[in-house]
Amino acid sequence: MYDIIIVGAGPAGLTAAIYARRAQKSVLVLEAKSYGGQIINTLDIENYPVEEHISGFDFATKLYKQTKALGAEIVFEKVVDINDLGNTKEVVTTKNKYSCKAVIIATGSEDRKLGLSNEDELVGKGISYCATCDGAFYKGKTVAVVGGGNTALEDALYLSDIASKVYLIHRRDEFRAEETTVEQLKKKENVEFIYNSTVTKLNASERLESIEVTNKDGSVRTIEVNGLFVAVGRIPENQNFAKLIELDNAGYVKAGEDCKTTCKGIFTAGDNRIKEVRQLVTATGDGAVAATNAVKYINNL
Amino acid sequence: MSVIEVTKDNFETEVLKSDKKVLADFNADWCGPCKMLRPIIDELAEEKDNVKIVSINIDNEDELAEKYNVSSIPCLVLFENGEESRRSIGLIPKEEIENIIGE
Ligand SMILES: Cc1cc2nc3c(=O)[nH]c(=O)nc-3n(C[C@H](O)[C@H](O)[C@H](O)COP(=O)(O)OP(=O)(O)OC[C@H]3O[C@@H](n4cnc5c(N)ncnc54)[C@H](O)[C@@H]3O)c2cc1C
Repeated sequence: MYDIIIVGAGPAGLTAAIYARRAQKSVLVLEAKSYGGQIINTLDIENYPVEEHISGFDFATKLYKQTKALGAEIVFEKVVDINDLGNTKEVVTTKNKYSCKAVIIATGSEDRKLGLSNEDELVGKGISYCATCDGAFYKGKTVAVVGGGNTALEDALYLSDIASKVYLIHRRDEFRAEETTVEQLKKKENVEFIYNSTVTKLNASERLESIEVTNKDGSVRTIEVNGLFVAVGRIPENQNFAKLIELDNAGYVKAGEDCKTTCKGIFTAGDNRIKEVRQLVTATGDGAVAATNAVKYINNL
Repeated sequence: MSVIEVTKDNFETEVLKSDKKVLADFNADWCGPCKMLRPIIDELAEEKDNVKIVSINIDNEDELAEKYNVSSIPCLVLFENGEESRRSIGLIPKEEIENIIGE
């Protein structure tokens, strides 16, 4: 029996583990893939206090080591279910069952797909969700980025130094991104902005060859591209827990700043919770709050 | 066994002419998800006797990457008797890699 089981070894989950260990609780962290969460996809973090520049990989690795050094157990298994047995919770993975007194769900979010019929088949054949991973394959080629947030704009900026031409396709005429990035991008000569438009078709034989782009006014344009980078936001992965805790329509966990879910003894932290700003600082902040409240809950049992 | 670094010079002997099946991990130093995958690959190489696991750095081995149409990394390709039999892209859980390798 563990005191606290944390689902997800991203920034929120690992920070929760640090706080729980420092409060002398036994901690098991269950992670489906590898530690670090989404942040491993970025080459350079510039907005986390204290470090001017740090890569996502280094950030994740330092955080992981710190958590391990404090004595948290981290096991790589995917959580598929949680059962509420009152003062005890049972956490079910693809391989095992574990018992604990409190659970912190810190499962973050996943890439949102465009939802086009042949999108999945074309991953690795022209479609990518990670510009920093795959950009290098498009040296001197033509690519498009779809999206209008920070990730899309940073992707376009990064790709503009590698590809010969970058189209940035956005469904509105204004961006939801930091002004400095927008300004930088507007100075790039090889970047063409396509506003009020969505990607409606992927044309491919072996590989992606062109995309169909439809404007709000109904006009349709076909653009030849070697690659399409999809950055249309992220979606939470909380469906496995929907029977226990309330989610909003978009699938985010209904919990306020106290990180308490609608089920006693189950807490949440990070990007999967309803909130305004989804960043490292807010995820790690949640981790601290969720762990502190889980510890209080256990001490009152 | 540990993971073997493969270049175009030893690709034929290590991969195409291997007695066992081969799982090739196409990766690069600047790719975060590739670095996260590496410890899992290392573990599998130690645990599994039925497969040889090799690592191919696509920056140094662009010819191999191109030959096998790798344009998204991390990319795992399973070779059986010199032929590609399965492929997966992105950071995936250890269990899924075990499924790709098979019995
Ligand atoms: C490309 C990119 C660049 C970014 N750059 C910045 C930046 O510069 N600065 C900044 O502050 N933020 C940045 N962010 C945002 C930041 O990465 C997130 O806000 C943060 O990672 C959220 O942390 P989290 O722990 O809540 O979730 P995540 O990082 O998503 O971690 C969740 C973890 O839970 C695991 N998991 C999910 N479901 C299960 C399950 N059922 N069982 C077990 N494990 C599970 C996942 O595998 C994952 O490891 C960036 C994001 C992206 C995608």
